[in-house]
Amino acid sequence: MPENIVDVQGLSRTFGTSKALNDVTLQLKPGLVYGLVGSNGAGKSTLIRHLLGLMTPQQGTVRVLGLDPVKSPVEVLAQIGYLSEERDLPEWMRVDELLSYTSAFYPGWDFEYAKDLLRTFDLDPTKKVKHLSKGMRAQAGLIVAVAHRPRLLLLDEPSTGLDAVIRKDILNAIIRTVADDGRTALFSSHLLDEVEQMSDELFMVDHGRIVLRGSVDAIKQRHVVAHLESSSPSDEAPEFAGLISAERIGQQWRVVCELTSDDSGDLPHSLAERGISVASVRAASLQEIFVARAGRERRQKLEVVR
Amino acid sequence: MHIEIQPQDGLPIYRQISNQIKYLIASGQLKTGQELPGVRTLAEQLTVTPNTIVKAYDELEAEGLLEKRRGSGTYVTDTNSPLTRKEQRRILAQRIDAVLTEASQLDFTLEEVLVLLHDRHAALTRTQAKFESKGD
Repeated sequence: MPENIVDVQGLSRTFGTSKALNDVTLQLKPGLVYGLVGSNGAGKSTLIRHLLGLMTPQQGTVRVLGLDPVKSPVEVLAQIGYLSEERDLPEWMRVDELLSYTSAFYPGWDFEYAKDLLRTFDLDPTKKVKHLSKGMRAQAGLIVAVAHRPRLLLLDEPSTGLDAVIRKDILNAIIRTVADDGRTALFSSHLLDEVEQMSDELFMVDHGRIVLRGSVDAIKQRHVVAHLESSSPSDEAPEFAGLISAERIGQQWRVVCELTSDDSGDLPHSLAERGISVASVRAASLQEIFVARAGRERRQKLEVVR
Repeated sequence: MHIEIQPQDGLPIYRQISNQIKYLIASGQLKTGQELPGVRTLAEQLTVTPNTIVKAYDELEAEGLLEKRRGSGTYVTDTNSPLTRKEQRRILAQRIDAVLTEASQLDFTLEEVLVLLHDRHAALTRTQAKFESKGD
């Protein structure tokens, strides 16, 4: 068995002139929940579609369970559960027909588990897919995604447009997949609170690049929001190693920065030498880190254009 | 078992959970030999990744507060050798020192810290009352 469930090396993909994925390298290990965050169009779906073998890498390699998903789609897809935002299900089928139709594709289909989920969701098996509400479609799509007990669960924006109750159903399915079976899940989301609570590790994607990765705890531990006061009334934003974004608020600068190991959990001492004092420091939320990071990438891009 | 996660809290989620379990044990709401919820049950209740619960339980096991029994669940340990009052004071003093240091860094006066201390005590008491009224 391969050590990594997913192994992506140097993956790049261009649509026209825009780089949807730019030299992406990542590995997913068994038994963990991975969060994939980024703005719309950052490359999250494109990455997931490569894992499903729906796209051929232009550059780089993709391995899922040690196999190339483009060359061995049957073997790979049998072990993947997938739920997308679109939830494209056959409209004319009844829910029970959909489930028995899907079960035929998977030798490992767990009929008891599927029945159990139908009951939990209180879903009417005789209803046609086209008559299901948005939430019910998500629930039906979820059963289809998990009832064969996949080794890898891929969820592309599963919560988009759903109410809290159905979101909880989806998150519980992730919890169950990982807790009971020690399997792996990757879910993309723009709801950062959800990602913060529900992922062990996260990848932050911006303009096709992974700009931040690591365990949620470690990422939060080394990012802080600080308010700085400069004794000289300069318009220049302070510059120091680890600074991600700076924004002027009255006499102060509000900065988001990443502490380096040299800072030993403190802001750089060099600030004091330049007459900048630290008015306050606190831990940054994932939301603040994300906004600061995405903003910086945009600025750097503008500078390159200039 | 009533546990609440504060997303805005600077503490990692597993630490928030282990701290609250410690409080439940210290206040006698979790008793010696009592079984804790399974990893999946608590993960679903709190909507956190199962590994966060594993991490919290592991930490408490390493500190000797919980024990895993083979083939079954996680239990509150028999604390046969309760800490002496002196030892308890020493542990608490360490925690207070850490809080006071941080308070001073954040420009809190001692009076403000004391007010906050009372506030937090009131909040925890409310949580406890809610817990007891649920009767489990």
